[in-house]
Amino acid sequence: MPPLLEARNVNKTYGGGFLNRKQTVALEAASVTIAAETPTIIAIAGESGSGKTTLARLLLGMTPPTTGQILYKGQDLQTLDQNQWRIFRREVQAVFQDPFEVYNPFYKVDHALTTPVAKFFPNATATETRRMIEEALQAVGLRPEETLGRYPHQLSGGQRQRIMVARALLLKPKIIVADEPVSMVDASLRATILESLLAAHKSFDISIIYITHDLTTAYQLSERILMMYRGNVVEAGAVDLVIKAPQHPYTQLLIDSIPLPNPKVHWGQQTLKPRQPTNGQFSAGCAFSDRCPQVLERCFTAPPPFYTTDPRREVACYLYEQS
Amino acid sequence: MTAVLQVENLLVHYHTHAGPVRAVEDVSFALHKGERFGLVGESGSGKSTMVLALLRMLKPPARIEAGRVLLGDTDLMQLSNSQMRAARFSQIALIPQGAMNSLNPVMRIKAQLADTIRYHNRDGNLSQAAIRAHIHGLLESVGLERSVAEMYPHELSGGMKQRVCIAMGISLQPQVILADEPTSALDVVVQRQVMETLGRVQEEIGASLILVGHDMGLMAQFVNTIGVMYAGKLVEVGPVDAIFDDPLHPYTQLLIASLPSLEGKGIFQGIPGITPSLLNPPPGCSFHPRCPQAMAHCRSQAPTLQEVQPGRWVSCLLHT
Repeated sequence: MPPLLEARNVNKTYGGGFLNRKQTVALEAASVTIAAETPTIIAIAGESGSGKTTLARLLLGMTPPTTGQILYKGQDLQTLDQNQWRIFRREVQAVFQDPFEVYNPFYKVDHALTTPVAKFFPNATATETRRMIEEALQAVGLRPEETLGRYPHQLSGGQRQRIMVARALLLKPKIIVADEPVSMVDASLRATILESLLAAHKSFDISIIYITHDLTTAYQLSERILMMYRGNVVEAGAVDLVIKAPQHPYTQLLIDSIPLPNPKVHWGQQTLKPRQPTNGQFSAGCAFSDRCPQVLERCFTAPPPFYTTDPRREVACYLYEQS
Repeated sequence: MTAVLQVENLLVHYHTHAGPVRAVEDVSFALHKGERFGLVGESGSGKSTMVLALLRMLKPPARIEAGRVLLGDTDLMQLSNSQMRAARFSQIALIPQGAMNSLNPVMRIKAQLADTIRYHNRDGNLSQAAIRAHIHGLLESVGLERSVAEMYPHELSGGMKQRVCIAMGISLQPQVILADEPTSALDVVVQRQVMETLGRVQEEIGASLILVGHDMGLMAQFVNTIGVMYAGKLVEVGPVDAIFDDPLHPYTQLLIASLPSLEGKGIFQGIPGITPSLLNPPPGCSFHPRCPQAMAHCRSQAPTLQEVQPGRWVSCLLHT
């Protein structure tokens, strides 16, 4: 059985055309696999500009990769016919960052829920539509009678974002790609949105690709994690290994810098080297070589391959060549 | 300890056609010498409005209705506009939220820093050479190279721009620095660098600092005292260790319980309900509709901020 969704060695470059000669490499040789057998939650984490949103857009089929393939159930997205596209678009759903911009302020929120039903279940009657919407809202912990019939500005950011999760659930998807779903809402509401994603995963067997810069929520939610830095995956594996015992120097630096909500555990003792401006160009070697405290001579010449340091983890760093 | 800044019964309303929005409702607190005071709250709790009110930088429809802001012996609210202008930066300075949008894109960094130094300086005329030397010293103190002075904002990264804003904030050695979510647009590694720089320069010039934000993790790492705002009011004030160990107000308790950490895994606990409208706040305690420990009289009786233990203030009927 082929994996449900797979990115196979994808690269994405922006620019480089006739009008804009300067190329920006957004993603280099990234691979992700969502197995079909067991639903999972995988986090893609990294700082701004690390390529995590580019990877999400590729996985959603919103933009084609420059090289490499995105496969859905073993078939390249570029070769899907119209009917297969329809299935893909129903089964792979997105939740975006900004719960304010995704709504049309002139329509009641019902519009965002009835449209997908009308598109994908054209035979549903009004009663059936209503029942489906109510079930989806209840699944994310919203009371339909308090939510439906309102305009977006009458709801909080957390409620709006949960309606977006409900909208995704309506279509009985196999995968939800959530791109920074909680970065624009308050801390007290964050937990409720993550809860609804977790509930969707557990009760409907939906796999979730959770894209974030926040390692604490990634740790709380996901089973596996991909750490990205300047378009490269630097470390990937089981979330408890990567977060609790990071191996790549970049992951170590990042985890050392998390401000923990505990005044007794003091953050970061590692000294930091500032990031140099790159203008979208990547060095010939490891992308982290200019800031790495443990840099070796060869790091500047060729990018390191992945070393499997544990059956549940891979690290792209020469320090682990022996393992 | 001596109070550097004392805020007394500050009241700020936004006058909309639907009526006054009570953004800051009778807030009082004191900031001591060298103290780092963290002001936390959800969006819309009035924390940014309060910071702008302290600087008298609010624009209509917002209006300061009442209250005193004592900086030393001077009440900032009583100053004339030109006196207030002289006080900004030289006595009380702001480090703004989005450093990306706070710098003028068509002016070199040195020109922008020189503007601040020239217009807010108490000592009057400084020579060109003195200003240039001062700018170079400032840039070095925030960990930037001198050559940054010659650059335009677009040539700098987000973290570097934020450092320029810090340099501007400390340029005239103010007694009070107000930092409004200075790192909210930065990733954690850069955030740590910027906060370390801010903490170091604040100690060097002996200033007190108010850090506004909603990231409790950052507060835990950086401040000495926390003030929690909810619906325009301060509901709890206390030392950072005590607030995290033993929060007294039910809202603070829920806020701390909702924080994801790297310790336990998998249980989320959000705060049910939504923040009340400040146009028409609920009667009694404004948190009672969401409070798991609400009692009958919470609906009618509004609590006030009381000192319940030495140094710990809470506004809740459970603690009276």
